[in-house]
Amino acid sequence: MNYYHHFVIPFTAGLLFLVIVVAAKWIGWIKNLDAEQKGLIKRNIFGKASLHATWEVITESLLHRRIFQKNFLLGYMHMSLAFGWFLLIVMGNLETRFFTHGQMNPPYVPIFFEFFEHDLSTLRYKEIFTFVMDFLLLFVLSGVALAYMKRATSKPLGMKKATKHAFIDKLALTSLWLIFPLRLAAESVTAGLYDSGGFFTRWLGEAIVSLPGADMLYYPLWWAYSISLGLFFISVPFTRYMHIPTETLLIFLRKYGIREKNEHTSYTQVELNACSRCGICIDSCQLSSELGISNSQSTYFLKSLRDKKTTDYLTETCMLCGRCDFACPVGIENSTIRLNQRRETPASAINFGYVPTIEASKGKIAFFAGCMGQLTPSVTKATLTLFNAAGVEYTHIDKDATICCGRPLQVNGEESAAKELAQKNKQLIEGTGAQALVTTCPICARIFAESYGLSIPVYHHTQFLYQLAASGQLKLTPTSNLITYHDPCELGRGLGIYEEPRELLKFAGNLVEVKSSKTDSLCCGGSLAITSINQQQRSQIAIKTLESIGANDVDFVATACPLCKKTFTAASDENAILDVSEILVKACTNSRQSLKPEQKQRTKETSTVN
Amino acid sequence: MIDFGFTPLVASITDLDKANVNLAKQLTEQDPSFALCISCGSCSATCTAGQFTKFSFRVMCHQIRKGNAKEAIAEASKCMLCGKCTLACPRNVNTRNIISLVRKAQTTTP
Repeated sequence: MNYYHHFVIPFTAGLLFLVIVVAAKWIGWIKNLDAEQKGLIKRNIFGKASLHATWEVITESLLHRRIFQKNFLLGYMHMSLAFGWFLLIVMGNLETRFFTHGQMNPPYVPIFFEFFEHDLSTLRYKEIFTFVMDFLLLFVLSGVALAYMKRATSKPLGMKKATKHAFIDKLALTSLWLIFPLRLAAESVTAGLYDSGGFFTRWLGEAIVSLPGADMLYYPLWWAYSISLGLFFISVPFTRYMHIPTETLLIFLRKYGIREKNEHTSYTQVELNACSRCGICIDSCQLSSELGISNSQSTYFLKSLRDKKTTDYLTETCMLCGRCDFACPVGIENSTIRLNQRRETPASAINFGYVPTIEASKGKIAFFAGCMGQLTPSVTKATLTLFNAAGVEYTHIDKDATICCGRPLQVNGEESAAKELAQKNKQLIEGTGAQALVTTCPICARIFAESYGLSIPVYHHTQFLYQLAASGQLKLTPTSNLITYHDPCELGRGLGIYEEPRELLKFAGNLVEVKSSKTDSLCCGGSLAITSINQQQRSQIAIKTLESIGANDVDFVATACPLCKKTFTAASDENAILDVSEILVKACTNSRQSLKPEQKQRTKETSTVN
Repeated sequence: MIDFGFTPLVASITDLDKANVNLAKQLTEQDPSFALCISCGSCSATCTAGQFTKFSFRVMCHQIRKGNAKEAIAEASKCMLCGKCTLACPRNVNTRNIISLVRKAQTTTP
């Protein structure tokens, strides 16, 4: 059987264009990966990783599991559009194959099958096919209806703010939204005129053709359906819908172990194109929710980078807290891309020629308090009290003079300046002959662990103290204090340390868990990665964060970062904000020294916490 | 003259009508907190870089106000951006932002 009609041209041309452009882009991206990344592909492509990737494509690209976790309706909307459309294509192909007894057909035949074949009496399982095809179309249309609704009000779909899209994206969106209503209309009119179709299209078709002149709609509707498909396909490479094919590639490359590096690579292009600009990152960003800065989030930044039109404002207006990295349903490394963009344009010549070589006495454990440690002597004192109580042989390497670890320069894109400081600190650390480095500052811990290339392990003090407490070297007796814990960004999302501070606090009192914790925890606002927000704005963020961890319902707010502590303390007189180590000292039974309480203890009665 | 061990300050008068205060104007516009500084010196007292070299945020601000942009920019190159001064400042001057802006001004200010 030869199926053809002129109206299939827009669809076929659009599809051909899309396939060629996507293939060319994919080949280009893969070709431009560096040797190490290509090696990862070669090593893993014929292994389990490909199976895992295929499974993730099913659960994420089709079923949208992660979006379901955020909001049911939002997940349903994406699932019905993606999975529904996918099934419609599969079933359409099966139906055509069955009908033509396995004949190979041009790609447009299954799409416009209802047009080409009105009498399906010879089709095996005809009842099932016509029912399923109608059902699937309704399934997709329910998603389209939700999408219409989301444009009007996105709140029921769990999104306070949606992305403001560019004109071309809106154009593509319109053609996408027209595809399925037009398919329904075309199939219904056909069903009405030829007594074909399934339960819904037949019923709707009969209603339509009973109207005068409805039969004149027959060809125009099929043309319109084909044109809307063609327009959508042609728009894909130029719009956010490029995420549909690219996310699949991203999932495979990620499963092969490819990640962002210290500079943009071809993989970054894949990530940029995999961003669907859904805008989930906007709601996760505290700059938006607390300060009303809603135009610099990852959705906008990534688009600007993809269009090669990014600005200093977009690159710099970000706390690099990492919340959007975890909120992103596609799993794009937003913060790393932003940091790498900062590295592209270092501000200026920075001159650290004056920095001397610093030396410290030898010891088994090198202890580094960092710059922030100098501003929070109580944290250093508490930690060292616990070291003494546990009999740790340590050397306090920045007791007298200290230089910065380099992380604040690094997060502002000054990589070479940061390296200069790192070199000096590395000499200092290695000169002590220590077997491990312990720091009270997560900011320092991050750069020590990730960029210094030290031969000894780096511990945040909560990790180290936990080892001491778990082994019984540090004896702790729980108090009756209610404690809530704030995850510092650099420690939690940055280094993945969530459990040790919590376990330690359980040794010292009653830890209250809150809803927004761990990967979902809020930033205190003190972030060194942003300079453009002022202290009042930082306090505004801090107050909201304190609220989110139930600060008013407990005796102590614990954190594990001196900068978080300073930021919270500056924002609120109401709460007693202590480092984990300061709380441990209160519970430490083998501590000979006692610490004077730095904060006034609150007298307010605390009862139950929800 | 008797040696007291110290001498009177050499007059360092700046004629503001003649000084090039473009950078000061520009900074005040970009970050109004620049104008809040009362020169108390808390920033200098806590400064990490200041432990090793003659670097002071307070002095840098003076240089900018007096029109010595070049000296100020050279000063700013010593900062490690550690952020202690921001936390120590009683006037909530956004010190790290001002340092960043001064560093950028190197290429933009006439």
